[in-house]
Amino acid sequence: MKKYSVFAIAREAMRGHKGWEEQWSSPEPKKEYDVIIVGAGGHGLATAYYLATVHGITNVAVLEKGWLGGGNTGRNTTIIRSNYLYDESAGIYDHALKLWDGLSQELNYNVMYSPRGVMMLAHNIHDIQVLRRHVHANRLNGIDNEWLTPEQAKEFCPPLNISRNARYPVMGASLQRRGGTARHDAVAWGYARGASARGVHIIQNCEVTGVKRAPNGAVTGVETTRGFIGARKVGVVAAGHSSVIMNMAGVRMPLESYPLQALVSEPVKPVVPCVVMSNTVHAYISQSDKGELVIGAGTDQYVSYSQTGGLHILQHTLDAICEMFPIFTRMKMLRSWGGIVDVTPDRSPILAKTPVPGLYVNCGWGTGGFKATPGSGHVFAHTIARDDPHPINAPFTIERFRTGRLIDEAAAAAVAH
Amino acid sequence: MLLIRCPYCEEERPELEFRNAGEAHIARSPNIAGESDDDFEKFFFIRSNPKGIIYERWRHMHGCARFFNAVRDTVSDRFLMTYKAGEPKPVKLPGATK
Repeated sequence: MKKYSVFAIAREAMRGHKGWEEQWSSPEPKKEYDVIIVGAGGHGLATAYYLATVHGITNVAVLEKGWLGGGNTGRNTTIIRSNYLYDESAGIYDHALKLWDGLSQELNYNVMYSPRGVMMLAHNIHDIQVLRRHVHANRLNGIDNEWLTPEQAKEFCPPLNISRNARYPVMGASLQRRGGTARHDAVAWGYARGASARGVHIIQNCEVTGVKRAPNGAVTGVETTRGFIGARKVGVVAAGHSSVIMNMAGVRMPLESYPLQALVSEPVKPVVPCVVMSNTVHAYISQSDKGELVIGAGTDQYVSYSQTGGLHILQHTLDAICEMFPIFTRMKMLRSWGGIVDVTPDRSPILAKTPVPGLYVNCGWGTGGFKATPGSGHVFAHTIARDDPHPINAPFTIERFRTGRLIDEAAAAAVAH
Repeated sequence: MLLIRCPYCEEERPELEFRNAGEAHIARSPNIAGESDDDFEKFFFIRSNPKGIIYERWRHMHGCARFFNAVRDTVSDRFLMTYKAGEPKPVKLPGATK
């Protein structure tokens, strides 16, 4: 792997940019690997990267039915934050946030992590109580979060409407300054490049159609559209399709898959300097470096794999955006799209060993998995390499739905996150 | 937006009138306190989440307010049929490919 640097740019500029190499190779699949990762999204590629760099396991294949980073990694609203209520969630999301800081240097790939601040608005007394509780809980966990008055919120984000006559007036806000955004595609590409350079095989257009198990129950490999590929360890990181893959191995999951939509506006000059979220009116917005307003909507109410969703969901979100930012009422929207998110009953992910020996699963990130990408890959690689969870992901078992030891961020946030 | 046929009102109405109520034909045990942890997990948390034909409950919130069941393809979001609550799970599906 050739290192990217200012000297590389200068050198290539001198010779007509003919020396750039492919960022990752596309090898033919081998008959057998030590580890197979199902799903080449951010989480899967990060897992492969950390298997290679932290644990020295490089005989790894990442199988992807479509193209790399073409699922939810390329469809999310790129928000990064760690201001979760419970200790377990705070642990894993802040682990990720610490890795975001410095990720570009580690990968030698600009993931454009921008800690521009994530502001969450309170519109009523209940919101104030909930958000202030979050602020206190976060600070006890060593996570930065602070309380802003409406005037301070307006100062931090000038286009915000804090009029008392608004239908849902802003009564305050919490602000995590370390939160922000990153370039979602670059995250997948950077991890893919780093993993490929260390010998990981990234095999695109290779759909897993079955999971093979030995008579003793252990995993022996996967059937794919490009033939059987053997491995004693298989990690399923397939987002909305995780339960489909797990069913192939005979494991029924506490998951349901829903369409989640997002949309972007035409590009405009810098106007929103941070990420603004509102749980009560359900909208979140930021501005990409390209200038587009990036707006996230909610999920549809029914199980679907259609990668699309109802128009009324988008309308509902845009109503809320226009309420918060009246200056955007005449903004034109360019594109909207949907991704399929796998949601657990307690809205916390599952990163764990499974009842099947050699089968591991990293799923259930629901509507908010992008922010966790580096941390999730890091602890999942540990879980696969050691056959034992990292202390950070130890609470995120499948068994918690039997024992009742839930991590109930659903009740804590009262909204999709 | 989906168009859903309410089997009680006997007409197609827009999705906004309805509330999805999750997977259908999951029977609650009459002795729920006596259920084992495994059985309770299956009843309460585990879902089939199929990529394909799903049997699900809907409620006509802003109409007759009654629950009913529907058969839908989760890939195309096309409804195959709807039927009244309490009716058995249909064996033959109209227009189903499989």
